[in-house]
Amino acid sequence: MGGAKLHAHHVAELVRRGDLSAYEHVCQILEKIERIEDKVRAYITLIPDIALEKAKEVDRKVEKGKRLGKLAGVVLAIKDVISTKGIPTTCGSLMLQDYIPPYDATAVERAVAEDAIIIGKTNMDEFAMGSTTENSAFGPTFNPWDLSRVPGGSSGGSAAALAAGEADISLGSDTGGSVRCPASFCGVVGLKPTYGLVSRYGLIAYANSLEQIGPLTLCVRDCALLMEVVSGHDPRDSTSIPTEPKKYQDVLEKGVEGLRIGVPEEMIGEGVDPLVAKEVWRAVDTLSELGAVCEETSLPSLEYSLAAYYVIAMSEASSNLARYDGVRYGFRAPDEGMDWSSAYSKTRRLGFGPEVRRRILLGTYALSAGYFDKYYLKAMKVRTLIKRDFDEAFKRFDVLASPTMPILPPKIGEKVADPLSMYMCDIDTVPANLAGIPSISVPCGLVDGLPVGFQAMAPPLGEELLLRVGYALESQVRLYERIPVV
Amino acid sequence: MSEKVVIGLEVHCQLTSLKTKLFCSCPSNYRGREPNTLVCPTCLGLPGSLPVLNQKALEYGLMVALALNCKIPKRTMFFRKNYFYPDMAKNFQISMFDRAGGAPLGYDGYVTLAVGGTQKLVRIRRVHLEEDPGRLVYPGTIDTAPYTLVDYNRHGVALVEVVTEPDFESPKEARAFLQKLRSILEHLGVFDGGLEGAMRCDANISIAGGARVEVKNIGSFKDVERALTFEIMRQKQLLAKKVAVVRETRHWDGERRITVSLRTKEEEYDYRYFPEPDLVPVEITEEMLDQIKARLPELPDARQKRFVSQYGLPGYDAMVLTSDKALADFFEKAVAAYGKPKVVSNWLMSDVLRCLNEYNLEIWESKLTPEHLVEMLKLIDEGVISGKIAKNILWDMVSSGKSPKQIVEERGLTRIADEEYLRKLVDEVFKENPKAVEDALSDEKAIHFLVGQLMKKTRGRADPQLANKIIREKLASK
Ligand SMILES: [Zn+2]
Repeated sequence: MGGAKLHAHHVAELVRRGDLSAYEHVCQILEKIERIEDKVRAYITLIPDIALEKAKEVDRKVEKGKRLGKLAGVVLAIKDVISTKGIPTTCGSLMLQDYIPPYDATAVERAVAEDAIIIGKTNMDEFAMGSTTENSAFGPTFNPWDLSRVPGGSSGGSAAALAAGEADISLGSDTGGSVRCPASFCGVVGLKPTYGLVSRYGLIAYANSLEQIGPLTLCVRDCALLMEVVSGHDPRDSTSIPTEPKKYQDVLEKGVEGLRIGVPEEMIGEGVDPLVAKEVWRAVDTLSELGAVCEETSLPSLEYSLAAYYVIAMSEASSNLARYDGVRYGFRAPDEGMDWSSAYSKTRRLGFGPEVRRRILLGTYALSAGYFDKYYLKAMKVRTLIKRDFDEAFKRFDVLASPTMPILPPKIGEKVADPLSMYMCDIDTVPANLAGIPSISVPCGLVDGLPVGFQAMAPPLGEELLLRVGYALESQVRLYERIPVV
Repeated sequence: MSEKVVIGLEVHCQLTSLKTKLFCSCPSNYRGREPNTLVCPTCLGLPGSLPVLNQKALEYGLMVALALNCKIPKRTMFFRKNYFYPDMAKNFQISMFDRAGGAPLGYDGYVTLAVGGTQKLVRIRRVHLEEDPGRLVYPGTIDTAPYTLVDYNRHGVALVEVVTEPDFESPKEARAFLQKLRSILEHLGVFDGGLEGAMRCDANISIAGGARVEVKNIGSFKDVERALTFEIMRQKQLLAKKVAVVRETRHWDGERRITVSLRTKEEEYDYRYFPEPDLVPVEITEEMLDQIKARLPELPDARQKRFVSQYGLPGYDAMVLTSDKALADFFEKAVAAYGKPKVVSNWLMSDVLRCLNEYNLEIWESKLTPEHLVEMLKLIDEGVISGKIAKNILWDMVSSGKSPKQIVEERGLTRIADEEYLRKLVDEVFKENPKAVEDALSDEKAIHFLVGQLMKKTRGRADPQLANKIIREKLASK
């Protein structure tokens, strides 16, 4: 492959054919991890022994000529917010430092059933709250393209692990951009599926009404492959859409000829780094050359999306995170002689980091008597408006496009002291979560050696459109042939 | 004493007929089970777990709402009621809410109540579904326990909450309502009120338009009357001393039989209700309601009317019998085997209920069966035992479960209709009471005395008519 990494679909094909030993493949990746993980810090937990065992099992299946799954021998890194049976799942928090789930998330169950090999659990902002992976109780992850910069967040460990060659494929979660932001900053592909397309069963909730588990991959075909495995109805998630997984890989080469692509001015104007905007416009031109019809448009309600997003996300978070009280599992502060209420307070004060505490407090406030109408209900109304704006826009366009992130990956420490400016970076990613529509980030270029992500959004269940656009763009940009510095 | 008392009730009933919990498939029959064995990620609130609505619970909830004559919304949804408490696995309870776009399962309903010979309409404000919290277990007593244990087996069991308007004027009325509610739920087949803790209730009490006090943790019918009586007395005493009643929440201490202050209005929880994002709104279609309505069984009011028309019972008797499903079932079984509904009803209404009351048992708890009651009635009809003896052995039937024949035989209680034997006994009585015999010739009262003496000798077993006849004959031949 000429120095470039093997993509997951290659790995699966080679392993199935018996041309690549899953065991040797896992060994190679473990060697890479051995060499560079100190610098990247993509993982919270690594399970090399279990991974090697599983690899042997896959190889035995090949030898015996047994049927192999779609992810045969593919090394899977899982964001530490997704429950894995018997493997610690910390959410990047002291609160769950020692928590070992007794069950697998549906997405994990499905990936494992297709013979994927779990290698470890990746670093993240605590409880997925952040856009830099600096809010992890276990220290930050570093961007493999420039170790002085953040990998994005909150699925920063997943994206960095892929970019650094420490895994073939990854599952992240996206509440307001947490898959797409790190995909953009680390030069990989990230998809936030339609709300309800991938089961949330086992995904530790930050903001339930907004988030989805989504793939992070080295290329668009891998993204399609992983979606074929993890999507589809799950009776254990009431918000799961009753639909069968589609054959996403089959549509990749359909091209973009005649597709109408709109670029909302609210997402590429003010606040967007001109160098980033330039790369995105270049990608739009590329798509036009391939036959797409591109034009600028406007979604006026997007102005309110950040405010609405943070009110809803924090409100839900304040309730979701109430269960961490030290009674049943997880961290419990010494509470000798204290009544239950003080003991709870102490556990929560010491167990949660500052960003999580900030969001719980703000969310609690937004739901309080006298403020509920003013904040939560108003945010829900804005959400309805945004959905309507998208509905309107999708009457005129098949796909909407924008930068994924308005900026290049910031330096470590640059944003962490200023939460508001960090929140502002989510301006282009949160609308898709509010509207429940699918959105993909595909690398579209480099600025000063740093990746830039191109974002495309489609109507509900329009993943195939996004994959087609992404595949067409990727085939021209071919950024996956470039290797980060580490 | 003339201050008007206003009481409203909030009743929580477990849908005990459900096999599984409200949002997971764990068994919901937790009674007598090893603590924390009927749990799963969902009812333990483990990170990443999700609730899935038990459709049967929804159906039962709608049955209850319909039976309470409620209006049913086209659409409802679940909300989160947020508060920290150690019996809650998630520190919020999935419940329903009637604001912010929510609606209860049923609203604006009513129940009729017979109070002091008149019909009273009790308005139902709302009916909704919610999950039961876990159970706190205190080693030793609540005051001395060094720590508290939590059993999550109960956590997530489906509760139907019934909230009334403040329509009760006395503790008796409140109790009568609970009795009626229980009967309705048991007729629906969704509830077994005999299970410990299956019905729990909170009450709002205010006097003469004063501050409203909420009393929580009332565990049974009997307690509701006690708790309300205590609370009314407490408030009246304050008023008599010209001390204002403060708006607060109080806790009923069933052991000490008093209410104690839990928190004042300022300390009330702000539950921060918001729609449960892990569940989708519940659409209630006309077809769904039609199907449920078609399957609704006969309810106490209808059964009461039928008891009047079919069995010719007085309205009051029919009301008492149908206020307890087990009692009504008992009645109908006995009538089916014996006929004579009025006779069966009289026995149930007077002696059986008195006896149950004395033993502090409910009919289903006692060992009395309809078959045994019928056997007893037949023994009376056949002249084997007297009514008096029947009343006597009923106690034994209720407590031991023995058949009346067995009891009569064991205790030698068969009625004595052997004329020769009775003549011998009358001779003895005459010999022992010469003065009475003398008087009897001119005084009717003395005859009664002699009959009584004979009854005493036979422990009530002598056939009274025959005894009378023999005594009069013997007196006449004197
Ligand atoms: Zn359960």
